[in-house]
Amino acid sequence: MSRTVRVQREDFDVADEIEALTYGTRDVGAVTAFVGLCRDEGGRLSGLELEHYPGMAEAEIDRVVAEAEARWPLLGATVIHRYGLIPPGGQIVLVAVTSSHRAAAFAATDFLMDFLKTRAPFWKREHLVNGTLGPWIEAATEDDQAATRWSGG
Amino acid sequence: MKLVYFAWLRERVGKPDEEIDLPADVSTVADLIAWLKGRDERYEHAFENTDVIRAAIDHVHVKAHAALAGAREIAFFPPMTGG
Repeated sequence: MSRTVRVQREDFDVADEIEALTYGTRDVGAVTAFVGLCRDEGGRLSGLELEHYPGMAEAEIDRVVAEAEARWPLLGATVIHRYGLIPPGGQIVLVAVTSSHRAAAFAATDFLMDFLKTRAPFWKREHLVNGTLGPWIEAATEDDQAATRWSGG
Repeated sequence: MKLVYFAWLRERVGKPDEEIDLPADVSTVADLIAWLKGRDERYEHAFENTDVIRAAIDHVHVKAHAALAGAREIAFFPPMTGG
């Protein structure tokens, strides 16, 4: 099982990350990738600023990936989460998973995103098109509900 | 003991981190929040709604009843909005 967790300011290349995850493998039958992008919310935002807790961000993502590995027969996982100011259309997060079959890869990707949202220490703040700072984004209750659907299984 | 703050909690407290000498009667995260709120109005404002305060000890999420003994770094922050 290869596991890559990175928290970085720089952008990432999805094709490169998938190539790294699958290079030289013979048992991988499925690779899924989810990419979260910054929205402009109907033209209102010039970008999103992501603050994070250095050290804990990496550690918590690593713990969430370990839980996914324990639940599904994964062959590899890559999670990259960016911080700093990201413009509309910019990439914020990548979750890519490999497995022998697609069901495990899809489920693990969904699980990882649900728990990244509720457990990884990142906070988004709006930057508005008029050049001012907007509010910190409030946590969505549907994200908490999405995360709870994995318990009791 | 080091305290660190993030997002609007950091802004309300007015600093990203600080070193404190923990009073002997402060033994849990909830005790620490109560003690901080008594320091001045900035902390009182920052910690006014404890339902939306999350805490971590040494980079691990904890609940309000968690013990502080042996902790090096305590973090306080709002609910997370990454992903």
